[in-house]
Amino acid sequence: MVPLSYYLVLSGILFVCGVLGFLIKRNIITIFMSIELMLNGVNLSFVAFAAHWHALSGQVFVFFVMVVAAAEAAVGLAIIIAVYRTRETLNVDQVNLLKL
Amino acid sequence: MFHLILFLFFGAICVAGAVNLLVQSHPINSALSLIAVMASLAAEYLLLGAEFVAAVQVIVYAGAIMVLFVITIMLLNAGKEERSKGSRVAILLGVPGVLIGGVLVAWTLLQRSNMQAAVPIGALPGDPADIARLLFHNFLLPFEVTSVLILIAIMGAVVLASRPEAVARGPRKDEG
Amino acid sequence: MTPNPYLWLVGHLWLVPLLPLAGAAINGFFGRQWSKKAISTVALVFCGAAFVMALGLAAGFSSAAAPYYCDLAHWIRSGSFQVDFSFYLDQLSLVMLLVVTGVGFLIHIYSVGYMWEDDGYYRFMSYMNLFMFFMLTLVLAKNYLVMFIGWEGVGLASYLLIGYWFTKDSAAAAGKKAFIVNRIGDFGFLIALFLMIKHFGSLDFTRVFAAVQTLPTETAGVGLLTAIGLLLMVGAAGKSAQIPLYVWLPDAMEGPTPVSALIHAATMVTAGVYMVARSSAIFERAPMAMMVVAIIGTLTALFAATIGIAQTDIKKVLAYSTVSQLGYMFMACGVGAFSAGIFHLMTHAFFKGLLFLAAGSVIHGIGGEQDMRKMGGLRQYMPWTFLTMTIATFAIAGFPPFAGFFSKDEILWKAYSSEYGSWVFWLIGIITAFITSFYMFRLWFLTFFRDYRGGNANDGADQSANAHAAHDHSDHGHGHGPHESPWVMLGPLVVLAFLSLVGGWIGIGGRFEHFLAPVFQSGGVAELAHETAGEAAGTGTETLLMLISVGAAFLGLFLAWTLYFRRPQLPARIAASLGGLYQAVAHKYYIDELYNVLFVKPLIDGSTAILWHGVDQNVIDATVNNSASAARHVSDNVRHMQSGNLRSYAGWVAAGGAVVIAYMIWMGVWVR
Repeated sequence: MVPLSYYLVLSGILFVCGVLGFLIKRNIITIFMSIELMLNGVNLSFVAFAAHWHALSGQVFVFFVMVVAAAEAAVGLAIIIAVYRTRETLNVDQVNLLKL
Repeated sequence: MFHLILFLFFGAICVAGAVNLLVQSHPINSALSLIAVMASLAAEYLLLGAEFVAAVQVIVYAGAIMVLFVITIMLLNAGKEERSKGSRVAILLGVPGVLIGGVLVAWTLLQRSNMQAAVPIGALPGDPADIARLLFHNFLLPFEVTSVLILIAIMGAVVLASRPEAVARGPRKDEG
Repeated sequence: MTPNPYLWLVGHLWLVPLLPLAGAAINGFFGRQWSKKAISTVALVFCGAAFVMALGLAAGFSSAAAPYYCDLAHWIRSGSFQVDFSFYLDQLSLVMLLVVTGVGFLIHIYSVGYMWEDDGYYRFMSYMNLFMFFMLTLVLAKNYLVMFIGWEGVGLASYLLIGYWFTKDSAAAAGKKAFIVNRIGDFGFLIALFLMIKHFGSLDFTRVFAAVQTLPTETAGVGLLTAIGLLLMVGAAGKSAQIPLYVWLPDAMEGPTPVSALIHAATMVTAGVYMVARSSAIFERAPMAMMVVAIIGTLTALFAATIGIAQTDIKKVLAYSTVSQLGYMFMACGVGAFSAGIFHLMTHAFFKGLLFLAAGSVIHGIGGEQDMRKMGGLRQYMPWTFLTMTIATFAIAGFPPFAGFFSKDEILWKAYSSEYGSWVFWLIGIITAFITSFYMFRLWFLTFFRDYRGGNANDGADQSANAHAAHDHSDHGHGHGPHESPWVMLGPLVVLAFLSLVGGWIGIGGRFEHFLAPVFQSGGVAELAHETAGEAAGTGTETLLMLISVGAAFLGLFLAWTLYFRRPQLPARIAASLGGLYQAVAHKYYIDELYNVLFVKPLIDGSTAILWHGVDQNVIDATVNNSASAARHVSDNVRHMQSGNLRSYAGWVAAGGAVVIAYMIWMGVWVR
């Protein structure tokens, strides 16, 4: 019997790792992967709560999250390709035209 | 007991994969660790009884999205990450911030009593039929909207990733 | 007159001030595009209509039914304190009404001729009508606050008209000086009003005077009524040019001559006298205030008369003469002879108005020159002007049977015999009468007798003190020397000369005093006491004093004749031998310079240093500028957040999220 909080702590760890990856890594594709990691952590907490409260809506919501993640990954990678074409770099620090 | 061991085992794989993602310098290694994380997450879902979600996780997430990532890495010939100046704020402010936030949330969760209720193994069977019933009854509108979303994503991806002059010029003449 | 039309007139009393206001508005807004004939018609019609109404009100006036009220509209209703737009007609305001509308109308007619060539003609006529509106509001008011509207308004009109030729620095400065000095007086007036509101709860004449009746006479020390009286006197000193606030009146001669005649001789400067007379109930219960009024009036009369001796500008002589004559009126009020003061006010309006208009005719006729040293011998060139001015000069000097004799003699007699008066006042009054006669006849001889000293009108006559030569009259092509004025200007002169002759006869046998008695009877005890004291002194003394005052007038005439007709070299020799004393008098005792050093310069320096540099620049501007630069500094530093770097944005988000989570936990959001 695993307490609910353990699942939630695991979910939290995954989420924190995702944010850390976003902050630390320089390659834009790796940053995207960190975003996916964050979403996964959240998915785990959804499913855990669904199991705890016996509400199937939690799992349905995970379904939707996955759909959105898929769409986002597709468009995001397309953007990365477009940026790579113009900037010839995958280093996010060099894509800073919005600098004031 | 058995449940706890299984949970901890797959949990350890998740965490190890996540940390490895952070540590590796070549993006392909990060991608592969992410796949490992997703696979172990699927196992966690099974422990919670969400069989359909676990299946979808493997098929869609690990099977489609990660493949897309790997293709992009290969396409763009991404190499090891180079050093760059980066941002001090991100390191100095963001990392401690997120760590503190995470610790606080974890600590609060572990304090509260109603979060300590045990979740038995296979607590909520996620029968595909039940899920489908929910999906097409209660969540019909979001379902349709997400289909529109995917359509838009497809169109956007095509436009973004194509060569600029190809879009402007239209189909080539000899294609009829 | 049947009662009904008269009651209609009284019920529409508010029309009397508002008709000139309409004229001012019409001329002000539309006059610019109209012909001069149209402008004059509008101005004269509206002013004349007010005069006709005044005549109608006088014709049907019945002392038994007086006072009449006319309530126009509510104004202030604040708890138990209320002030309305109400008008009031009793004997005193009827006299003032007739003087203001009558003399005002005559001067309007005169200005049509005098100002015809001026470019801003419509503006002048508009301002003149505006002045009439405010002055009529002042005299017809039923409470002190509506009177104050008129009071302030005539100050405004005076400023506008003195500075009429505003492109001239001296005229603009004179306008400002008049307004500012007036304001000092108005401050005293306002404090008096506040005291009235606090202690009597009303500003309405009937209620204030009724409340005053219940208070005892303040014979010892300074009480409430003395304070109010003194403060009212401060206001009157400002408006009526008494010591120490008289300095604006001589400078006000920068304005056109009709303005000097109307505002600074006949009407506005008499507003102070009217106000003091109206407040007689207050003064009669505050003997110390009355004494102060009498002293100020007497001293001013003497002081201004001495300055008048040495002036060379014809209008300045008349200005100081006005200050001096106003002193007489205040002396009269100060000894309790309020009706004598009003009587002198009326006759003074006639002969001083005439003097100014005639002086204007002289100035107009010799092409703008105002310096008497360049006049002379104008008797043969301007016979009508000479005749009317002669009548006025004899009137002001106090020769019988002219108007000035009756009123001035009344004042001197009351100064001697009244229970508030003393022989000191009478003596100073006699000396002043002698000096008045002297300088007026000096003016008369210098202007009209012997030979003309001015040369050609167009030979670059002295441009020093007037804009006339620069403006309009030298453009006429008057190359043929001095000439008489047109009849549009001479007509009012003749009418005023007639009034200066017969205007005093209304006072014979005390008829005027008995007419005004009900107004001042509200004091009850005091006015009767005057009469008994006067009768006790006996008619013998009265006749003796009358003969002495006529003798003083003759003495002044004789001295002027000697110095300025028979031996014209004598004045220069006397002036040279008197040296410093003469210089002091000629420079008005350096009072203006003294005020400059004592008040004006410290005020300007203090204002520059403290208010401008200290407050305006270093506090107000600094606040605004510093807040702007502070905003810029803050944004300069915050700008660095927008680095365009994706990871730093994420860092900020993460840090902010941590803060929010910490806050929520601290607030116990997740505690249940």
